[in-house]
Amino acid sequence: MSDLRLLSGPDLRSGSESHADHVRRLGAPALAGRPLVEALVRSGLTGRGGASFPAGLKWRAMAAASKGAAVVIANGAEGEPQSGKDRLLMATRPHLILDGAFIAARTLRASQVVIYIGEEHGAAWTAMVRALAERPEFERRIARMAGAPHRYVAGESSAAVHLVDAGVATPTTTPPQPHQRGVGGAPTLVQNVETLAHVALIARYGDEWYRSAGRRGAAGTILITLAGGVKTRGVLEVEAGTTVAEAVAMGGGPSEPAAAVLIGGYFGSWVKAVDAWALPLDAAALRAGGLSLGCGVVGVLPASRCGVCDTARIMRYLAEESSAQCGPCFFGLRALSDACSRIAERGTNRDDMARLKKWAVEVPGRGACKHPDGAVTFLRSALSTFSDQFESHSAHWRQQQPA
Amino acid sequence: MKTELHMTIDRIKCDGHGLCGELVPELIRLDDWGYPIITPGPIPDRLAPLAQRAVATCPVLALALHRAAASR
Repeated sequence: MSDLRLLSGPDLRSGSESHADHVRRLGAPALAGRPLVEALVRSGLTGRGGASFPAGLKWRAMAAASKGAAVVIANGAEGEPQSGKDRLLMATRPHLILDGAFIAARTLRASQVVIYIGEEHGAAWTAMVRALAERPEFERRIARMAGAPHRYVAGESSAAVHLVDAGVATPTTTPPQPHQRGVGGAPTLVQNVETLAHVALIARYGDEWYRSAGRRGAAGTILITLAGGVKTRGVLEVEAGTTVAEAVAMGGGPSEPAAAVLIGGYFGSWVKAVDAWALPLDAAALRAGGLSLGCGVVGVLPASRCGVCDTARIMRYLAEESSAQCGPCFFGLRALSDACSRIAERGTNRDDMARLKKWAVEVPGRGACKHPDGAVTFLRSALSTFSDQFESHSAHWRQQQPA
Repeated sequence: MKTELHMTIDRIKCDGHGLCGELVPELIRLDDWGYPIITPGPIPDRLAPLAQRAVATCPVLALALHRAAASR
């Protein structure tokens, strides 16, 4: 097959595809309603926002709960600093996303569609506004835009609902999950924009077609972002199951010898480079190995950089991005981050190592959202991948600039 | 059907007053910042009254008890 599905069509550098060009190229979606929900279940499509939850099962639960006043939120609040795939898709193929969102609205009998986009994603915002204006009146009537603040947690699904409801993009206590009780109390589908774009294609070509791409038992294609020490950083569409080595080769290969790879972004895991190359980029396969695809970031750490220092820097970021609502997250991540920084700055000390190991067990699972869990998953992967460096780190943090 | 008692906590409401940890240390210990860590699993019957007191005493009403079908 041609590798490109979401990103096929006109040159991406020519900007967003117009509605007329989009319809001419792809025609109208054929499937909606229950047959589409069942096709989504069979397709194996999973959410591309980070949690990799099966989209079909989410739609099925929504369809059962909807009484005609459901809400659909197309989630384009891409808070992950190293990820660029959602904004690229919004800026170039807005109508695939809108197709998916309006198909969801029809299928789930929703009365509102909210396009939720990071306020700092200028090109994506402009493209989506323009695309929405090109849609037919019956779709425009139920749709509106909502801006997400530039915060890591703003893309979390309960935070998206909270923003739409109350203008505050902080997570809320779950259950109830958004699909049970979301915007204004109505069942709400919060679905990542890439996931919706896949839905738009499955509604045209079916689940068998979707599964006809994919390698090593995986289904479909995924958008990934190559970051860090690769020759060409940026967004790629690859078949699910493509290995890390193959994906990095598509970006021209490592820019210098690699020490480790961060798979899945800041809620993901460091893996030693030697172990990372053969890993398939597929949600199910990675999960089976205790890893996660997350939002599809593949970040390469060059051997010349210090894994402890980069870990300290990212932990500082994640601690600052806590929404400060839950004590174990706010205080716990700050304490973990401080301990990492002390080790990075002044060298290893036994007390901080002991604290890191203790808190890494105590903090996860004790927030309203998964922010502390994601941060600790990341930290634990660092403690194991860079165990030698953590055990005997010398003071040199200030000499390294952020990647 | 056999049921068992579980304690849940609203992490956003919880302000780390720590009364729960003092009332039922068998069930709740406090972390280094004073926030509760609840022992996983069902609450033993003998601790149910104390657990109920902890729920009632929490100044911000962050704790709740609920019954669920026994897992075994």
